[in-house]
Amino acid sequence: MVRKIGILFCVIMLLMTGSALAQTPKKGGTLVFGRGGDSVGLDPAYETDGNSFMICDNVYEALVFYKDESTDLEPGLATSWTISPDGLTYTFKLRKGVKFHDGTPFNADSVVFSIGRMMKDRKVKFFGKGWEIPKQDRPPEYWVSMEMDNTVDSIEAVDEYTVVFKLKRVDAPFLANMGMDFADIISPTAFMKDPTSFVRNPVGTGPFKFVQWIKDDRITLEANKDYWDKEKGPYLDKLIFRAIPENSVRFLELKAGNIHICQFPNPADIPLAKKDPNLQVFSQPGMNIGYLGFNLTKEPWKSNKALRKAIAHAINRKAIVDNIYQGMGEVAKNCIPPTMWGYNTDVPGYDYNPELAKKLLAEAGFPGGKGLQEVTLWSMPVPRPYNPEGLKVGVAMIGDLSKIGIGARIVSYDWGTYLKRQRQQPEDMDMFQLGWTGDNGDPDNFLAVLFDGLASDAIRTQWHNEEYHKLMLEGKQTIDQAKRAEIYKKAQQLMFDETPVIPIAHSMVIWPGAKNVMNFKLHPTASVRMRSVWLAK
Amino acid sequence: MLGFIIRRILIVIPTLLGVTIIVFLMLRITPGDPAELLLGERATPESLEAMRDYLGLKKPLYVQYGMFLKRVVQLDLGETIWTREKVSNEIRQRFPATIELAIVAMLISCFFGIILGIISATKQYSWFDYLSMVTSLFGVSMPVFWLGLMLMLVFSLSLGWFPMSGRLGVGTDFRIITNFYIIDTILAWDWKALKDVLLHLVLPAVALSTIPLAIIARMTRSSMLEVLRQDYIKTAKAKGLSQPKIVLKHALRNGLIPVVTVVGLQFGILMGGAILTETVFAWPGVGKWLFDGVVKRDYMVIQGGTMLVATTFVIVNLVVDVLYAVINPRISVR
Repeated sequence: MVRKIGILFCVIMLLMTGSALAQTPKKGGTLVFGRGGDSVGLDPAYETDGNSFMICDNVYEALVFYKDESTDLEPGLATSWTISPDGLTYTFKLRKGVKFHDGTPFNADSVVFSIGRMMKDRKVKFFGKGWEIPKQDRPPEYWVSMEMDNTVDSIEAVDEYTVVFKLKRVDAPFLANMGMDFADIISPTAFMKDPTSFVRNPVGTGPFKFVQWIKDDRITLEANKDYWDKEKGPYLDKLIFRAIPENSVRFLELKAGNIHICQFPNPADIPLAKKDPNLQVFSQPGMNIGYLGFNLTKEPWKSNKALRKAIAHAINRKAIVDNIYQGMGEVAKNCIPPTMWGYNTDVPGYDYNPELAKKLLAEAGFPGGKGLQEVTLWSMPVPRPYNPEGLKVGVAMIGDLSKIGIGARIVSYDWGTYLKRQRQQPEDMDMFQLGWTGDNGDPDNFLAVLFDGLASDAIRTQWHNEEYHKLMLEGKQTIDQAKRAEIYKKAQQLMFDETPVIPIAHSMVIWPGAKNVMNFKLHPTASVRMRSVWLAK
Repeated sequence: MLGFIIRRILIVIPTLLGVTIIVFLMLRITPGDPAELLLGERATPESLEAMRDYLGLKKPLYVQYGMFLKRVVQLDLGETIWTREKVSNEIRQRFPATIELAIVAMLISCFFGIILGIISATKQYSWFDYLSMVTSLFGVSMPVFWLGLMLMLVFSLSLGWFPMSGRLGVGTDFRIITNFYIIDTILAWDWKALKDVLLHLVLPAVALSTIPLAIIARMTRSSMLEVLRQDYIKTAKAKGLSQPKIVLKHALRNGLIPVVTVVGLQFGILMGGAILTETVFAWPGVGKWLFDGVVKRDYMVIQGGTMLVATTFVIVNLVVDVLYAVINPRISVR
């Protein structure tokens, strides 16, 4: 018996060491990442596009990190933080012994410099000598659009490794915002050396150092040998981001073994990748929502709930996801993605039911569509992460609406005009397609920013609902996450009941890659993090 | 001759001025706001205002144009809206890629186009003539996009002879000085890198050369046919000169004059960047850059890029005119 147990023990040990061996990351190698376009710039404060952020994700770091596969927060360049009981003071304790790639030590002053340079009224205080931060000409886009000037009052370095943020208002998503790319910490000495060319010569504390940028061709990074978290990486010697604009060529390059990961393939290539023994497929539900909105500033949409519900039940969203998203998505029940905390699974969602839709249409005062003028359906002219083909989606919707007797036509403009005119809620717009990709994993970033029309004229849906507005304010001003989750669940139920918009779909991100790419995880925020990625032989 | 060249260069100035006015006005008339495109869905009225202010879009049109012209006179094309890089730097990095590709493609199309044209003309109505003319018809009508993918599938993925896309292999590294990689690799005395650069040029240059090749072949054929019917050719034949000598020495020089015009025009077009070829082959040239600039309404890129294209076109035309005189001294330059 003892012998048997002994053998069993040995076998278990062997298996354990075997699996541990299989998982031991190997150092070395060059990973080539194939992407659809070049970066715009590499100064995190001023960028707005994914191709720029994916470099920033590997060169810079922020005070707080999002966890590997969620938007939950974990310590980053700050090891811990405390929030005062009134929610207005955040004190960050910083990591010691971290250096920027140019050798500058990371400390509280670099935090004050990095974040402080984005403030309109710079109420900042350095601990040491500090720097005279140059005047900013270009508005830091994310800082402005996240309304950080209305949130942050002052930043102060209390000692070498402590930074205090004083806020003007309680803003629960503040901490999550500090994990976003715009809040990355940069090397002040590198920036001050040449403020105008920093955008092309980034220096941060991240796992990879910037080496070279050949415009529209490639950006090369190399391992930061002095990286502070040796346990997590970096394992790769070199990281090359190649711009290959054409989707099918990018996929061919992957098949030929010239690149290791292929971003945004054609949907038709995904089944091929799944069958190929040399390839694997990475997938992740995207943190986004594509929705159909109503012009709630005019009748009949403004006050006719039954009409809005009739349309919600008339549109076959599953068919849209199956055929136009080509399966790379899921039908949405709520206007936040299901992976986000606070998602309300109890909301039933609108099922496709033309009979019910007809009944509701009659209830709304338009039996068989009579009395309703031809409806204009604004459809997006460009593919967006949350909606691959707005015009096709529009055509499908028009077909569905005609089945219950509603006549509709598509209206579209070039993208800039579309965005501009949509915000004005013009008379000639009845319904519109739009969507959103989340920034910080906070429900406020979807529910308040998109739908709380009472908060600002700039909200694109202009839904004016007192109860919803109160919930949004409460959500912003409550620090406790469990309590906030309850508030946002209520808000989602309210949205379902009132139907100010129809959630259409959340798209999936599916990227094929070579089989030997290990430990690569797509992140909900769409960031591309190579810190712990390694290449098997 | 010198006077002619100077006059032609002086004509460039009003031409370019006209180009700037047209481009400037067209950009402002076409819908689409750079600030709106830059900020996307998350734009707020405040952020839009701030951005328009920064970009100088709120100033009156004539002030904007005046500022632009003033900079152009100082040889400063400004900074791009999106990348905040000097337009001249952006061009310096991309234009050499376009020139290299255009020259190689043009060499291929001239070499094969002229040979095909001559043989077709001398052997009119032969099977070779029919075959080459049908092939050149294909060449003109073949979508570069499709051709590019086919070339990649056959010569890269299956046979592995040439790299698929890009301008440089991942492992190739040398000091980039002029951005003309052929020159840079030679300067660096790095033959392995030079080979890599040349191999990368083959597929895109072949794809890009098909249309000009076909046009040149057809042009050479018809022009040569005409020349070969002339009396002086008959005289040459009567004198007992050999066929190659008649064709190459007596006919070709006259026959090439219209071909040079076509070559010049085609070269001018290629130098403006080939959007499709550059896109398919991930070739970092000016064509794709300018196209992206239009999509993003990056006024500075469009203005700078069109100035570049216009200037190149004018210069190529000038060279063609000078070449006329060299090929055929009877055409006097006045």
